[in-house]
Amino acid sequence: MRMKHVAAVAAAATLALGMSACGGDGDGGSGNGGGKGIVGKAQSQKKLVIGVKADQPGLGLQTGSTYEGFDIEIAKIVAKGLGVDANNIEWKTTVSANREPFIQQGTVDLVVATYTINDERKQKVNFAGPYFVAGQDLLVKADSTITGPEGLDGKKVCSVQGSTPAKRIQTDHPKAKLQQFDAYSKCITALEGGQVDAVTTDDIILAGYAAQSQYAGKFKVVGKTFSTEPYGIGLKKDDKDGCEKVNEILKAAASDGTYKAAWDATLGKSGKAAPELDTTKLTNCGSV
Amino acid sequence: MHVFADPTNLDAYLSGFLWILKLTGASAVIALVLGVLLAAFRVSPVPVLRGFGAAWVNIFRNTPLTLIIFFCYFGLFSTLGLTLSDDLNLNNFWLGVVGLSVYTAAFVCESVRSGINTVPAGQAEAARAIGLTFFQTLRIVVLPQAGRAVVAPLGSVLIALCKNATIVGTIGLIEASSVMKQLINDNGDAVIPIFLVFAGTFAAILVPTGYFFGWLANRLAVKR
Repeated sequence: MRMKHVAAVAAAATLALGMSACGGDGDGGSGNGGGKGIVGKAQSQKKLVIGVKADQPGLGLQTGSTYEGFDIEIAKIVAKGLGVDANNIEWKTTVSANREPFIQQGTVDLVVATYTINDERKQKVNFAGPYFVAGQDLLVKADSTITGPEGLDGKKVCSVQGSTPAKRIQTDHPKAKLQQFDAYSKCITALEGGQVDAVTTDDIILAGYAAQSQYAGKFKVVGKTFSTEPYGIGLKKDDKDGCEKVNEILKAAASDGTYKAAWDATLGKSGKAAPELDTTKLTNCGSV
Repeated sequence: MHVFADPTNLDAYLSGFLWILKLTGASAVIALVLGVLLAAFRVSPVPVLRGFGAAWVNIFRNTPLTLIIFFCYFGLFSTLGLTLSDDLNLNNFWLGVVGLSVYTAAFVCESVRSGINTVPAGQAEAARAIGLTFFQTLRIVVLPQAGRAVVAPLGSVLIALCKNATIVGTIGLIEASSVMKQLINDNGDAVIPIFLVFAGTFAAILVPTGYFFGWLANRLAVKR
């Protein structure tokens, strides 16, 4: 009897996998949960592989072999909600370029890595969240006169090659001169040395850099965001149950104070008060 | 191949490789001149010049190119204020050329010096015997023969230079490898095809270059 049940689940899973492979829309077959997706994996193996950033102070920063930051705390909350102990999380460094492939190929179970939810990405992966809404902003020297993106004409702006913020500057503010590096840390060095006038990316990332002790008092975040970047938690496209479960966990975290605690322990140190997690805005996990 | 059907991506791809070719061209000329000069220093009778040549080769040949390029931006430009152009991209380009040139010159120097060693000592002695000075000996007798012997190795240096040019991407010039990263970033589902196109383009540029230098080396070889 038990065997039969397992076989039925396996058959359903195979079916779902087959469907998603050819059609891309495999939600139909995996409705009963259990053996598949992150919920199943967390239950049976008691461990998870989570993709995070390693170079974003305050969000996901690797020091030695440990990771710390707001993303990391959120990932721990989610793992705990799925019944996985923080010690059993295997952290995997991702960069912007390999987040979708990592999820699609199963290299990681979840991605919590300043991962903006957008329609293009929704074609490839499923998003839970958003757990934070960031916006593109500017980091300038403390005595700079730049007050917003309008003031960038003829100024040198630094961002990371191929990032969404860099592209937005190119299309929306073509008069700004764009210097692109392969890492934000180089932009920060160039800003400190005066080779660029501003660094642009999501406000929360800039706040993380501004809060680093070696730059204390040198920079300021302009504070006028000109985009909306909802950060989500990426999962496999057909793992609807997992996505819904993660959203439930986020809802619970917002009401029981663990979300605020996660903020206060990381980005809150920059003096910014914890944001409200708007649980009405959580994704519908790909259901139409 | 939907990625390259998009005209903006195609433009980025072409301009990326154009930067690579420009970097390679400019650096190759400077490195060749510098390298031959350094080789002359290293075989000269003046100890200071010999020391200078040896120091150059040992410093630049043994420093990772990434660091040299990095230093060109954050050392020469940021700290020392060396501005080579008012245009942001051109400034990065020339800083890159400086880095690539000083690095490659070390390899050119060593290739040319090995070529000089292929010229029988008797030739230089004969030149001295008829009263040519050191530089005349080098210019009229030794270097023309040495140059012919090192065509093939110089071809290898040129090929390496072309591939090394991608490192200038780290200081913000959007050359081929940066474009590739960008395209992969935007098209996570087409990583392998994009990679193959870029690798293939490099091969398409460099394989004929290799054959050309092989042919040239044969043609110019000193038959002894």
